[in-house]
Amino acid sequence: MKAIYLAAVLFPLFGSVLAGLWGNKLGRKNSHRVTILGVGVAFAMSLLTLNHHVFGGAASFDETLYQWATIGNLTIEVGFLVDNLTAIMMCVVTSVSLMVHIYTIGYMEHDPGYQRFFSYISLFTFSMLMLVMSNNFMQLFFGWEAVGLVSYLLIGFWHTKPSAIFANMKAFLVNRVGDFGFLLGIAVVLLYFGSLHYAEVFAGLETQKETTMPLFGNDISIFTVACILLFIGAMGKSAQVPLHVWLPDSMEGPTPISALIHAATMVTAGIFMVARMSPMFELSETALSFVMIIGATTALFMGLLGIIQNDIKRVIAYSTLSQLGYMTVALGVSAYSAAIFHLMTHAFFKALLFLGAGSVIIAMHHKQDIWEMGGLWKKMPITWITSLLGTLALIGFPFFAGFYSKDAIIEATKASHIFGHQYAYWAVLLGVFITSFYSFRLYFVVFHGKPRMDEETLSHVHETPWVVTLPLVLLAIPSVIIGALSIDSMLFGGVLAEAIHVDHHHDVLHHLKEHFHDWKSFALHGFQTVPFYLAAAGFLTAFALYGINVNIGRSFGEKLKNMPVGKQLYALLDNKYGFDSFNQNVLSKGAVIIGHELWQKIDATIIDGFLVNGTSKLIGAVSAIVRKLQTGLLYHYAFAMIVGLVLALSWLLIN
Amino acid sequence: MDFPILSILIWLPIFGGALVAFRSASADSAQRIAEIIGAVTLALCIPMMFMFDSSTADYQMVERFTWISYFGIEYYLGIDGISMPLIALTTLMSLVVLILARRSVSKSRGQYLACFLVMEGLMIGVFAALDSLFFYVFFEAMLIPMFLVIGIWGGPNRVYATIKFFLYTFLGSVFMLIALIYMRSQTGSFEIAGFYTLPLSFSAQAWIFFAFLFAFAVKVPMWPVHTWLPDAHVEAPTGGSIILAAITLKIGGYGFLRFILPIVPDAASYFAPLIIGMSLVAVVYISLIALVQQDMKKLVAYSSIAHMGFVTLGFFLIYPILGLGGDNTLAAAGADGSRLALSGAMIQMISHGFISGAMFMCIGVLYDRVHSRNIADYGGVLSHMPKYGAFAIFFAMANAGLPGTSGFVGEFMVILAALQANFWIAFLAALTLILGAAYTLWLVKRVLLGPVELEHVKNLLDLDKIEYGLLAILAIFTLLLGLWPQPLVNVMSATLDQVVQLALVSKL
Repeated sequence: MKAIYLAAVLFPLFGSVLAGLWGNKLGRKNSHRVTILGVGVAFAMSLLTLNHHVFGGAASFDETLYQWATIGNLTIEVGFLVDNLTAIMMCVVTSVSLMVHIYTIGYMEHDPGYQRFFSYISLFTFSMLMLVMSNNFMQLFFGWEAVGLVSYLLIGFWHTKPSAIFANMKAFLVNRVGDFGFLLGIAVVLLYFGSLHYAEVFAGLETQKETTMPLFGNDISIFTVACILLFIGAMGKSAQVPLHVWLPDSMEGPTPISALIHAATMVTAGIFMVARMSPMFELSETALSFVMIIGATTALFMGLLGIIQNDIKRVIAYSTLSQLGYMTVALGVSAYSAAIFHLMTHAFFKALLFLGAGSVIIAMHHKQDIWEMGGLWKKMPITWITSLLGTLALIGFPFFAGFYSKDAIIEATKASHIFGHQYAYWAVLLGVFITSFYSFRLYFVVFHGKPRMDEETLSHVHETPWVVTLPLVLLAIPSVIIGALSIDSMLFGGVLAEAIHVDHHHDVLHHLKEHFHDWKSFALHGFQTVPFYLAAAGFLTAFALYGINVNIGRSFGEKLKNMPVGKQLYALLDNKYGFDSFNQNVLSKGAVIIGHELWQKIDATIIDGFLVNGTSKLIGAVSAIVRKLQTGLLYHYAFAMIVGLVLALSWLLIN
Repeated sequence: MDFPILSILIWLPIFGGALVAFRSASADSAQRIAEIIGAVTLALCIPMMFMFDSSTADYQMVERFTWISYFGIEYYLGIDGISMPLIALTTLMSLVVLILARRSVSKSRGQYLACFLVMEGLMIGVFAALDSLFFYVFFEAMLIPMFLVIGIWGGPNRVYATIKFFLYTFLGSVFMLIALIYMRSQTGSFEIAGFYTLPLSFSAQAWIFFAFLFAFAVKVPMWPVHTWLPDAHVEAPTGGSIILAAITLKIGGYGFLRFILPIVPDAASYFAPLIIGMSLVAVVYISLIALVQQDMKKLVAYSSIAHMGFVTLGFFLIYPILGLGGDNTLAAAGADGSRLALSGAMIQMISHGFISGAMFMCIGVLYDRVHSRNIADYGGVLSHMPKYGAFAIFFAMANAGLPGTSGFVGEFMVILAALQANFWIAFLAALTLILGAAYTLWLVKRVLLGPVELEHVKNLLDLDKIEYGLLAILAIFTLLLGLWPQPLVNVMSATLDQVVQLALVSKL
């Protein structure tokens, strides 16, 4: 099996290196062939892995590839841990990646950086696989930062566009803030467990249960400290408040990567990591509450921002933030498998929605303002239908994939009893209405009503080529059925039982299991639940405002904006709660001002001006005086010698 | 006595340099001869590496003769796990600089090459000398060619920079000389290892500690004796900056390991908080200063100071982790932490050699074309120099400590070790993740990315074969060390174990 795992990782890397270094020699076609072949092999290997572990029930694989560094008794290695959780992640990553590779042929058709783009997305696939297949913290951190690097390169892919290169630097720096916490978390783990290898750390958990470390004058459980620090890393990567600010801006990158990296895979790395670390998180209820509250805040408040966006990709970006919040809530209430389940379904339907949006963007000649669209359903039937399916999955319509995973999260949150669970429950419930509202707002404005684009564009709009629509269709299938197919095994069947540890005090899914019979009755029951009514209300609101006539919603919105409370509310949302302006005006500017002051005041004035140049001036001044003693007159020197002789003799006499 | 490989490594480039300076007819023949000498020196490192036995901390390939018996000075050479990698790095970076001279130097190239050859020999001498006075001679002599390089081939403000450079470093080492003579008066010889076993009172240790500290802190350089470095870098020609950053700074770090920790453990332990504090200032304060620089070379110079902060931090972390005189058997818990700190610091030195060398070379490539180091004179360079841009972004990421590159390894190890000493030390050190990325990526954004607005940027030519080849070699080393540091760790481990042991035994 080791050869299979290695092939899954290395083939995308080879593809990336070939297209990256020799892309010009290979040409466009060969570059996409070689990278698609690489990712195709990785996908095939992932399916074999899935078959071997999930269906074949093979034991988890934990082996070292090579020793990275051995220092005393500490050995840091590079190796693979492959179990059911890994196998599922591998399949999600490689399947979405393969779809995106194919789609890119159409989307980037006329771009001069064609080969470079393929090289990057294959490199991303490699990095992401290294992350999910790691068996130790060092390699996890490697994958973690490597996906961040590729994200940086891809957001800034159009590197002459000022907004893109602002966004990519922002993304990298905000992620680095998360990584800062993450690295400290890893250091805490190493300090108390003496190893970076997952298995060894988990084996040592029992003995350290009561261990505390002094911090802020208190003794805090090491698990609280380590888990919160690790989770700060997840907050960066998985864009949780307040480290979410980079994700909406990341939409400056080409749409295929918004689908692959900023919706389906990379942003879920944080969710995956916490699930992987579940044995540790279970030991700190404080950390779990922290995770849940952050997740709930993200789920609700980021969803709200989706309502006022006018850019087709930004609506979906805020929706991604909100859905990541749902997954984080699931982690917080110890429903790790529900989080992974939602991660999987979300990967498919969100990739679908992004690629659908990309298809629309191609047809609109790279215009992204939804108010310039409308009535596209007739012109682009495949994009329309698949986007509708994706939307239904996103809002959690019964029988669709998103329904199963989201409902599980809501039910799990309801059953939780850790600190802050009421807040989280209300947040995820309200989130359902909001999700449904902004999703259908987008759907109606883009696909229905009268076309609002100019004549020129209208005459050119047509369905995109097969390389674009094929991935849409292929992603639409799992978006519809994957939930029904896998809910039983993933949530209740123990597929993830080996990888995920849940303390029986926190076992919220246990309650759900008691009421669960099969996927059909679960979905039928779904029609009578609160979330369904909320989703329906969201749909109806969107229909009333935008479905009948887009202008109703627009003028209603304008009216709201001009009302006293509405005005302030709109300003609050429009400023995205002020996070960006705080970061830019206080943190960035503050750092620059402090740096400038330190440089000018201390380095230049005190050290150089006073100490260094002052010393040389002092020497100059002293020597100017001493120089005067050297008169060149012999009798002056003779006199000095006599004085010296007298002094020396008298000193001898006194002694 | 076997083949005197260390003597050859030292004297071949020095005599070769003299030959190039006085004997070569034209710049081209000087170039050829210098490159051959540089290449042979580098090639000699390969047998040195193969002959090296990494299982022992003993000095190897030793050559020892009496030099001046009256003063007890010996011609005493030998290498161990900390000097061997530094010598290999010296020969590699020297060859890079020699080859690069083809592109970046036109004025009296023969003499320029000669300076670098002589400097190479002297720097190898610094790392290989085991007699402290012999070390001191190399340590001082090395200043002369660097002084000439900056003073002759430097920028407009070179006189101020050279004098500042010379006074800072010379003043530092004078105190060291006094300390060496004092210890010689106690042991009767200048042999460094003899000082390790010399019992010293605490006050003697404190004096010696500060004498050495001043000499080496200036070289590293540590805050607050760092202000010569940005000026020297700005005025130095590209080759001078590369050697300065890649090798000269390492001599300071090397001095800490060779002299301070083993000779004055009690003083080092007592003053460890001071050094750790100064290192953290370097990491945080200097990074903030790097953020606001408008001159590319100054920015990278400040970044060097910040990165070298991890070296001194790693060296002194062993004291808060293990504590002096406590249970220092290496099986003790925490011993791994202190070895992690030392290994991390050493790897950071080697890695910084590759990365800072490459960063200065990248700046030199632009300077050769545009004759400006001002960030504002660029923008959108990537559009016209894609190959260059790829390398520059790669090294920028390495400079920001991206895993997979060598820049990550040392910082990772030192931060992990720092948390074993104290949470807040690790907290401050880890800020480099944010600050290092901030100043590096902002530089990348302003120079490489964005729309092309300046006319001269539109006319830029991409890397030629020589520049491409040199950057590619450095990139390969940066990647190799990042992906597989184990070979380097192995080479150093026996020696570092011994350093930990010596550094933790009280002499009182």
